[in-house]
Amino acid sequence: MTTKPEMTASEIASAVAGGKMSALDATEAALARIKQHDGVLNSFTDVTADRARAKARAIDADIAAGKTVGPLAGVPFAVKNLFDVAGLPTRAGSKINRDLAPAKRDATLIERMEAAGAVLVGALNMGEYAYDFTGENIHDGPSRNPHDTTRMSGGSSGGSGSAVGGALVPIALGSDTNGSIRVPSSFCGIFGLKPTYGRLSRARSFPFVASLDHLGPFARSAADLALAYDAMQGPDAEDSACTTRGLEPTLPLITNPISDLRIAIAGGHFQKNVFPEAVEAIGRVAKALGATQVVDIPEASRARAAAYVITTTEGASLHLDRLRKRPNDFDPAVRDRLIAGAMVPAPMVDRAQKFRRWYRAQLAEIFKSVDVLLAPATPCTAPKLGQVNFNLDGVELPVRANIGIHTQPISFVGLPVVAVPVPLEPLPIGVQIIAAPWREDIALRVAHTLEKMGVAAAPAPRGL
Amino acid sequence: MAEPLDDYIDAVSKALALPVEEAWRPSVRANLDVSLRLARLVDEFALPDETEPAPIFTA
Repeated sequence: MTTKPEMTASEIASAVAGGKMSALDATEAALARIKQHDGVLNSFTDVTADRARAKARAIDADIAAGKTVGPLAGVPFAVKNLFDVAGLPTRAGSKINRDLAPAKRDATLIERMEAAGAVLVGALNMGEYAYDFTGENIHDGPSRNPHDTTRMSGGSSGGSGSAVGGALVPIALGSDTNGSIRVPSSFCGIFGLKPTYGRLSRARSFPFVASLDHLGPFARSAADLALAYDAMQGPDAEDSACTTRGLEPTLPLITNPISDLRIAIAGGHFQKNVFPEAVEAIGRVAKALGATQVVDIPEASRARAAAYVITTTEGASLHLDRLRKRPNDFDPAVRDRLIAGAMVPAPMVDRAQKFRRWYRAQLAEIFKSVDVLLAPATPCTAPKLGQVNFNLDGVELPVRANIGIHTQPISFVGLPVVAVPVPLEPLPIGVQIIAAPWREDIALRVAHTLEKMGVAAAPAPRGL
Repeated sequence: MAEPLDDYIDAVSKALALPVEEAWRPSVRANLDVSLRLARLVDEFALPDETEPAPIFTA
C-alpha cells in the first residue's frame, strides 16, 4: 500500500496495524513531504528524523513479532515547539529560550501519543511565547497558510495549523490560551480540539497564562481528533490543573446520532465583528444542524476584556525577569505588550478573576437548556502576512489583537470546543462547536456529523 | 508634551526595576492604554462582595 498525503491518522494506523503499510513507510512519507514543502510553509523548526525512524522501526518490529500495537501505530505527528522534546531546548517561539539546556524528557502528551504508537517527527513554529494570533515569528519567520502562502497561518500554534493544513502530518499538537488552536484551525482549514480546561496534562510544556492554558490536537478529521484526544486523556500529578476524572473515550461515541442534541447559535457579541465569510460559515453549519435558536451569552464582550487582562498580567509575571535582563531579545511587539501588562494594577486582575466566576455561572445556566453553541472561530478568513489593520463593522481595528475576539470569551471559562473547517472559496474558515465542560464527546459528535454531511471538511492544500 | 500615562509608566518602571527605553515608550503606552481600558470595562461590572475569584487554592 502506498501512502498519499491526505491519509488520515485512522487510515494510517489501520493500514500499519493490518500489515498493509509499515510504520517506517508512513514515517518516510511524512519526512519526504516535510522536505518537499516546508521550505515554503516554514511550519517546522526541528525535524527529528532519526528519532522518528527508530520509533517506526520499533513499531514494525513489534508487529512482526505479533505484539499488539496502539491505536495510533505508525501515525506521524509533530508538536508546537513549546512542548518539551527530549534533546531539544524548548524554545516556545523565542530567541531567549534557545539558551536553555535541552529537555531531558518529553512532555506528558508526547509520551502518551507515542505510547499509543504515534511517531514524533518534529517541533513546530509558533508565535513568540504564544502571545500571538498571526503565526508570524520575528526570529524564525512566519509559518505560512497552506491554501495561500502569502497569508497568515493564524497563531499562536501557527506551525501546527500549517503542517496539518499542508498535509505534512495528519496530527499536530498545540496550545490554546485565548484561541491559539481554534484560530490556526480556522485559517488553515482543519479540525482543532481545545478540550475542557484541565482535561489534558500540560506537564513539561512551556507555560504562558497558567489559569488559561490548554493543550490539544489538530487533525484533518473529527475522528482523528478523537483518536488523539482519547490517547492523551488521564490524570497527571505533574500538572496541578489536570483533572483526576477518569478516562472518557470519545471515539466510540462519535458516530452516534445528534437528534437528541439541542443546538443553538451564540448571539450578541458573536454575531458582531464578523466579515461576510464568517456569517456564511455559521449559516451553513446552523442550517445543516437545523439550529435556529439564538442564545445571547451575557457580558461576552466583558469576558473577552477580562481574558485580555488576565493574559497580559499573568504573561508579564511569567516573563518579568526576562523583560528586565534581555528585553532586546524579545520580539518588540511582544515585549511592549508584556511590559504594559506588568503595569496593570493588581485589583484589576483580581476583579477579572472574580468576573470569570460570575461568567462561568452564566454559561452553566445556558448549558441547562442547550447542549451545543455555534460561534465563529475567527471574524474572517486568513489575512495577508504582515497585515496590520482590518475593517470590522465599520471600525478600523488592529488585526493582531482582534483575530481572537470570538474565541477568548469561550476559553475564558474553559469550555471544550471543536473548531470545524467550512471549505469556502477561495479560503476556508472555522466555526466553533462549543459544549458544556467535559462534553468533548458532544462537540466531536457534531463535528463528525458535519463532516459526514459534507458541510465541514479539511480541503486539500491549495497553495502548494 | 508629556502623555497622561508617562508619569505612571516611569513610576511603575522604577518600582518594578523594569526598564522602558524611550524608543519603546509609545508602544508600551499604547498597549497600557488598551489594557487599562479593558480592565476598566471589567472594573465597572458590579459583583457581590462574596464573589470568589475563579482559581481557588486547595490545601
